[in-house]
Amino acid sequence: MSIVIENLNYTYMAGGPYETQALREVSLTIEDGEFVGLIGHTGSGKSTLVQHLNGLLMPTSGRIMVDGLDLADKNTDRRAIRRRVGLVFQYPENQLFEETVEKDIAFGPKNLGLDDKEIDRRVRDAMRRVALDYDTLHERSVFELSGGQMRRVAIAGVLAMEPQVLVLDEPCAGLDPRGREEILSLIRNLHSECGTTIVMVSHSMDDVASLAERVIVMNKGQVFMDGVPRDVFSRGEELRAIGLDVPQAVQLAEKLRARGFAVPEGIYRVEEIKAAIEAIVGKGEKHA
Amino acid sequence: MLNDITLGQYFPGNSPVHRMDPRMKLILTIAYIVGVFMVSNLPGYAIALAFLYLVARVSGIRFAYLVRGIKPLRFILIFTFVLNLFFVEGETVLVSLGFFTLTLEALRNACFFAARLVFLVMGTSVLTLTTSPIQLTDGLERLMKPLQRFRFPAHELAMMMTIALRFIPTLLEETDKIKKAQMARGADFESGNLIARAKAMIPLLVPLFVSAFRRANDLAMAMEARCYRGGDHRTRLRELRYTKLDLYGLLATAAFIAIIIVEGKLLG
Amino acid sequence: MANMDENRIVASHLSYAYPEAERSAVKDVSMRVKKGEFLAILGHNGSGKSTLAKLFNALYVPSEGTVWVCGLDTKEDEHVFEIRQHAGMVFQNPDNQIVATVVEEDVAFGLENNGVEPALIRVRIDEALRAVNMSDHALKAPHLLSGGQKQRVAIAGVLAMKPDVIILDESTAMLDPSGRQEVMNTVHRLNDEEGISVVIITHYMGEAATADYVVVMDEGRIAMSGTPREVFTRVDEVRRLGLDVPPMTDLAHMLRADGVSVRADVLTVDEMVEEVCRLSSKI
Repeated sequence: MSIVIENLNYTYMAGGPYETQALREVSLTIEDGEFVGLIGHTGSGKSTLVQHLNGLLMPTSGRIMVDGLDLADKNTDRRAIRRRVGLVFQYPENQLFEETVEKDIAFGPKNLGLDDKEIDRRVRDAMRRVALDYDTLHERSVFELSGGQMRRVAIAGVLAMEPQVLVLDEPCAGLDPRGREEILSLIRNLHSECGTTIVMVSHSMDDVASLAERVIVMNKGQVFMDGVPRDVFSRGEELRAIGLDVPQAVQLAEKLRARGFAVPEGIYRVEEIKAAIEAIVGKGEKHA
Repeated sequence: MLNDITLGQYFPGNSPVHRMDPRMKLILTIAYIVGVFMVSNLPGYAIALAFLYLVARVSGIRFAYLVRGIKPLRFILIFTFVLNLFFVEGETVLVSLGFFTLTLEALRNACFFAARLVFLVMGTSVLTLTTSPIQLTDGLERLMKPLQRFRFPAHELAMMMTIALRFIPTLLEETDKIKKAQMARGADFESGNLIARAKAMIPLLVPLFVSAFRRANDLAMAMEARCYRGGDHRTRLRELRYTKLDLYGLLATAAFIAIIIVEGKLLG
Repeated sequence: MANMDENRIVASHLSYAYPEAERSAVKDVSMRVKKGEFLAILGHNGSGKSTLAKLFNALYVPSEGTVWVCGLDTKEDEHVFEIRQHAGMVFQNPDNQIVATVVEEDVAFGLENNGVEPALIRVRIDEALRAVNMSDHALKAPHLLSGGQKQRVAIAGVLAMKPDVIILDESTAMLDPSGRQEVMNTVHRLNDEEGISVVIITHYMGEAATADYVVVMDEGRIAMSGTPREVFTRVDEVRRLGLDVPPMTDLAHMLRADGVSVRADVLTVDEMVEEVCRLSSKI
C-alpha cells in the first residue's frame, strides 16, 4: 500500500488576517514497508503534512491517494483511510479517557464496528506489541500509570486499528532516556517484525539516523531534501543553514576530515565513525 | 464562525478611546446602553447610531467591523423579532391572516427591541475592542472594590476572569488536538442522532477536563512560587488614573444622554 | 548553620514524603548550591528530582531535615515569601505557568504580589525582558509565542524579582531543540553575567554537560555527584540509573572497549577531534 501526494498545498485560515500557507507544492510517495524520518523545525509544515496522511486535514489544492483512494473525493470513506493509516499525535497520552487500559485501547476497534472477540484479540495483541502486560494492566485505570506507560497505552490504541501505515508525531517528546529507548525499540520492532510502514516525525537527528531508511526534510512548507540518511546527512552545511543539526557522528566526521583525516564520505552512524577512528589510530594497541 | 465574533476581542491601538481609563469606559458603556433603552422613536435611534459611529471613528475601529459583529447574533435577533410580532398586543391592525394579526404596535416594538439588542452588542464591542482584557478586569476589580467591605470577592473574581481569558486559546487548541486524535481512532463527532452525538463527546470531554485540572494544578503551584497570596497588599503595574480624556468621554456621553432625553420629551 | 556568603541553598539530611504516600520521594539528601554555581540535577522520571526542586523554594516543606535558602529555613512560615523571592522557579509546561494575558503583565505578576511600587515594577520588568531578549514581545499575548519564548517570559518573571537562585524544573523538556537552546543560552548568560546561581532539573545529558556540578538522583537519594566529566565517565553506572551519556562520551567508551586509549572523559565533538589528533600523532 502506498501514499501518493501530488502538488499538495494547504493554507490555514484562508482569507483571514492570520492567513498562512503551511504547505507549498508538496509531492512525494511513501512506499509500502518504508521507514521514513520526517524532520524540520517547528513551523516547517511537518505536523500539517502528517495530518493530511489520514484525512484529518484536507488539501487546499493538490491530491493525496492512500491505497488508491482519493482523499478529496467526497465518496471516499474517511474511516477506511483511518483504518489504513494510524496517526499517533504528540503527547498521545492526553487523549486517554476510558476507565481502564483495556477499554481505552478497544476504542478504535470498536469504532471500526468489530465484534467482541476480534476486539479482545486486537487489544491483547496491541498490548503485547507495546510491551504492556495484559494480565496485570488491562483492568487498571489509565490515570494510575506512569508517563511512559500511558504513552504506550496511547500507541496501543492506534495499533489496535491495525493500520498498514503508522505515523508518529514526536513519539518520544518529554520522555526520559529509558522511556525514549523503550518507545524507539517498539517502533523498530513494528517495522522489522510486522512490516508496518513507519513515518516518524522527530527533532532528534540521532534518533532518525539510528532508525530511518529514508529522511524527508521539510522547510517553510516545502520538501527541502528527500533521500537516504547517508545522502541527506552528508549535506550538513545546507541543513545548518535552515537551522537544523546533523547527528554528532556526522559532525565528528566533518571535523576530522577538515583536519586532514581520511574519513569515508556518508558516515552517519556511531558504529561507522567508531570504525573510521579505529582505522586512523589503530585498534587494540595500547598506547601507554 | 469563531472569527466572526467581535464581542470580547481586542484591537490593540493608541486612540483616545484606547487610552481612556477602563473604569470610565465601563461606566460610560453602561450609561450609553441605559441611554439607548430610554429611546422610543426613530430619530432617537438615529442619534444613538450617530454617537456610536463617532466613537468608532475616534477609536479607529471600522464601523463595518462593528456591524459584522452582529452576524453571529442574527438568529437571536430574528427569534426575538418574531416573538415580539406575535405576542405584543396592539390596536392598529396592519395585516390579518386567520389567527395571526400583525399590529403596528407589535411591529414597532419588534423593531425597537431588535435595535436595542444591536446597540447593546455594538456598544459593548466598542468597549472590548478598545480595552485589553487585562484592563477590563482591572477596571472591574477596582470599580467593585468598595463592595469588598461587604465580603464581595472583587479581587478573586477579577483573577478568575484573567485566568479564564488567558486559558481560552490554550484550551481551544487542545480541544482541536484531542478531537483529531480521537478521529484518528475512528471516532465520529458529526453523524448520528442527538444522543449518539452527546455520547460521542465523552472521548473529547474527559481528556479535556483531565487536562484542565492538570493545568489548574500546575498554575496554582506556579502562582504560589511567584509569591501569590490573594489581593491584600497587592500593587499593580498599571495604576489607573483618570485623565482629561476621561473627562471628554464623560462629557460626550452626558451630552448624548441629555439630547436623548430632550428629544424624547419633544417628540413624545 | 552553613556559611551563607558562599552557599545559596543548603539541604541537610532532607527527606520528603507526599501526603498518604508510603515511601519517601526524597530520602536523606544533603547538598548545597553555591553562589554563582550552575548545578544540574539529573535522574529518570520518578527519581525524586522534581520533588527536590520544590523543596528548594518552600513549595514543599521537608518531612525531615532542613533546607536553608539564603540563610532562611523553609520550615518557618514567616520567611516563605522572602524565600520564594530569593529562589525563583520555572516549571515544565510553558503554557501552565503564565498567568496574565499580556507578556509584560505576566512578568509583573510576582512583583505585584510582593507589593512593589508601580514605578519600580515598570523598571524591573523592562530590565528583565531585556535580559531574556523579549523586549519586542512585551505587549504580545502569551499564546502567540513559541515554547522557547514562553519559557523566557517565565524566566523574566522570576528575574524581575531579583533572585539569587533560579531553579528550572525540567523547563526544557517540552521544547524543540531551538527552544531548548534559547532557554539554555539565556540561563547561562544570567549565570555568567549576573552571577545568579542556576539549578536545572533535567534528563538531557547535553544540558547537564554544561553545568559546573552534577547531582544524579535515584530512588530519592543522591546516587552520584561531581563535575560532569567525573560523572559521565562512569558510563555503565549512569546507564544503570536509567540515563544516557553524551554521544561522544559513549563513543569514547566504545573505543576504549576496543582497546583504543582515548580519554574516558570526552564530552564534546571538539574534544573527540583533539583526542583523535593526539592518538594519531603517536602512531
